[in-house]
Amino acid sequence: MNKLHLRLLAVILLLIGGGATWYKMTALGLPITADSTTQIWTVEARISFQADGGPSQVNFNIPHNPPGFNVLSEDYVSGQYGLARDRDGDNRVAMWTARRASGNQALYYRIQLADDRDSDIDLNSPAPAYPEVPDYPEPFGSAARALLSDVREESADIASFTRRLLLRYNADDPGENVQVLRSGVEGSTAHVNNLIDILAGARIPARAVQILILRDRMRRASLDTFLEVHNGSEWIPLNPVTAERGYPSNVLVWKRGAEQPLTVSGGSGADIEFAAARTIREMVSVAEQRAAQRGASMLMDFSLFSLPVQAQNTYRLLLLVPIGALMMVILRNVVGIATFGTFMPILIALAFRETELAWGIFLFTTVVAFGLAIRFYLENLKLLLVPRLAAVLIVVVLLMAVFSILSHKLGLERGLSIALFPMVILAMTIERMSLVWEEHGAGQAIRQGLGSLVVAILAYLVMFQPQVGHMVFVFPELLLVVLAVVLLLGRYTGYRLMELWRFRHLIMDRKGQ
Amino acid sequence: MIGWFRQLRRAGILGMNERNARFIMLHNQRRNYPLVDDKLITKKRAQEAGIHVPALYGVVEIEHQIRDLPTMLGAREDFVIKPAHGSGGNGIMVITDRQRDNFRLANGVLVGIEEVGHHISNILSGMHSLGGQPDQAMIEQRVLFDPLFEHVSYNGVPDIRTVVFKGVPVMAMVRLPTRRSGGKANLHQGALGVGLDMGTGLTTTAVLKERFVDEHPDTGNPIAGLQIPEWDKLLELAARCYHLADLGYLGVDVVLDRHEGPMVLELNARPGLSIQLANRRSLLKRLEQVEALDEIPADPRARVAITKELFARNNPPTPQAVPP
Repeated sequence: MNKLHLRLLAVILLLIGGGATWYKMTALGLPITADSTTQIWTVEARISFQADGGPSQVNFNIPHNPPGFNVLSEDYVSGQYGLARDRDGDNRVAMWTARRASGNQALYYRIQLADDRDSDIDLNSPAPAYPEVPDYPEPFGSAARALLSDVREESADIASFTRRLLLRYNADDPGENVQVLRSGVEGSTAHVNNLIDILAGARIPARAVQILILRDRMRRASLDTFLEVHNGSEWIPLNPVTAERGYPSNVLVWKRGAEQPLTVSGGSGADIEFAAARTIREMVSVAEQRAAQRGASMLMDFSLFSLPVQAQNTYRLLLLVPIGALMMVILRNVVGIATFGTFMPILIALAFRETELAWGIFLFTTVVAFGLAIRFYLENLKLLLVPRLAAVLIVVVLLMAVFSILSHKLGLERGLSIALFPMVILAMTIERMSLVWEEHGAGQAIRQGLGSLVVAILAYLVMFQPQVGHMVFVFPELLLVVLAVVLLLGRYTGYRLMELWRFRHLIMDRKGQ
Repeated sequence: MIGWFRQLRRAGILGMNERNARFIMLHNQRRNYPLVDDKLITKKRAQEAGIHVPALYGVVEIEHQIRDLPTMLGAREDFVIKPAHGSGGNGIMVITDRQRDNFRLANGVLVGIEEVGHHISNILSGMHSLGGQPDQAMIEQRVLFDPLFEHVSYNGVPDIRTVVFKGVPVMAMVRLPTRRSGGKANLHQGALGVGLDMGTGLTTTAVLKERFVDEHPDTGNPIAGLQIPEWDKLLELAARCYHLADLGYLGVDVVLDRHEGPMVLELNARPGLSIQLANRRSLLKRLEQVEALDEIPADPRARVAITKELFARNNPPTPQAVPP
């Protein structure tokens, strides 16, 4: 029953820890690797017009679930205008209204977007009705029909049909039909509208999509037009010129439909200018912002990222201690390495972080060796335990100071980091080591000392893997998994690796018989 | 590696983790530990139960009492000073002889009363005790060990460690001090562990620092085939110790005094595993045999009978005499 209880507890801990980690990884997009960054686009639209002096209203379409991006934040600079937002079919619209406005007016809309290739592309809006075949004027009509029947021969489905059509329409040496179709059409929007008209001849539902092509530090940019055709189940975006399928990563869908994105009443000379800038940011902060945007911020509000940076840095270190503790459990109970003090090696490993490994080992052995020498001298004075411990502690502190000064004079700045060694722990280690030395012999003392050092090195190597530090900080619930493993190891009754060595003669003896 | 694991498992060797989780934690109540960790309590309880222990001459509890040491010692020629909470035979000072105000240690060195006082002071400060807490120093009768082991030990007092499980002695060994162990009867420090035939009390195989040996490393004398005197009495003594502390998994250390026979020196709530090496036998299998018993009789003699019935035949082969 006891064992079942323990296993149930461990399984529950594993599920909670693993589940929360998995959720944060998949749903919130927290990165698994330490140095993941993503690009953030900040896009700004500037609306300007000349107000008449009476009431004015500005309706401006703003992006709605743009494919390939995650919206991190939106800002409006509205001045005296009241702001309302509304859905408008597949689009979203921002409405600025003012009772009285005159002179030059400027309104700003700013959106922050994170690259997200796997965001759910919202192209599943209700299927449109099949368009009626339009009444084409001649010779447009016969040219369109000829082109459509040519293209139909070469294609399998709506997507490939449209692609062929686009390629033919944009060919360098267009045939006679295409020349007829293209004549008198200027500008990309007009061409797209023309194409929608031609596609209607094949009863293919199509629409124009107004897009912004993002370039870093672009200014005074304007919208471009893309084509989307509906294949019966979803809208398929196509570049109307190159016929490439899908939106490239630098294309932001601003509005679906060919209508002007901006309408102004009570004003004239309306104009929009777009600007964009790209920044690189850490995935973590992006995920955080995204979670807030989605309202799933509970987990993030209570995450370590909500702490002040100073405290965050403390926890970056503290959260590694359980990993060190796990190492201790494994190395002592499964491997069976003898150490001084249960958790002393972890504290040494923490100190190694500041000193770096080679220096850390050197400093540690030096201080312990000097300390031991002094401790053996103190033995002759026959001091009582606590004063003797205090004396060793004082000597350790002095040694550290002398070492720092010497290494500073020699220009070895690393030597200064010795100050970060846990001196009380060092003093206790020296005392314990000297006792073991006296009672169990030098061999035993050195073996345990080396054991402690080896464990400290191994703990250091594991604890200060950037990946490990990142995982426990971003997913602190992983510590529940560590707890579960430690609990399970708490009932490990198998042999320690060292016992294989200890009882080796018994095994060989049995073999011999 | 896995193969080695399996072989150890098949040989039924008890490992440290399994000992702790399955036997010590299950059968030894934490609150009973002080009864064995404090040798003063053990001694008192043993005396009340009529179990033979070395006589207690005096106890030093506070630093101040060290001044009264000469009065406390009186004219005693030989005695032993040990910490009440000592472990692994540490902090034991054996005085074998006295020349007026000088005391002769077991290794022959003469020391003054201040040295003895300093040793007691160290004991009081907790230098030799588990966990370093302040301790008491016991002054007790020196055991004059049986001449039986004279040729196979070097200084110190050999003792007999018996593992008693639920009151049934399951395995025993003699621990012989060597030069390497500095006269201490502790296997970790290099003492010789010699397995015992549970039925007859004859010595069998021996281990020194994990290596099997047939002779004492210092004296060169063969170890096997020595007869422990009053073996049945010794087993009964060990079995009776079960009631002293109610520890299901218990180590009983017995010394053989030349004149007074077997005496219980101390009890141990966490007896080690090297006894398996000394006997070349699995402790786990024997423990499981006792675990499988439906009922353990309350009478120590009946439990000794169980020991003889279950374990008397399970002995390692007597080692071949090595030709000179």
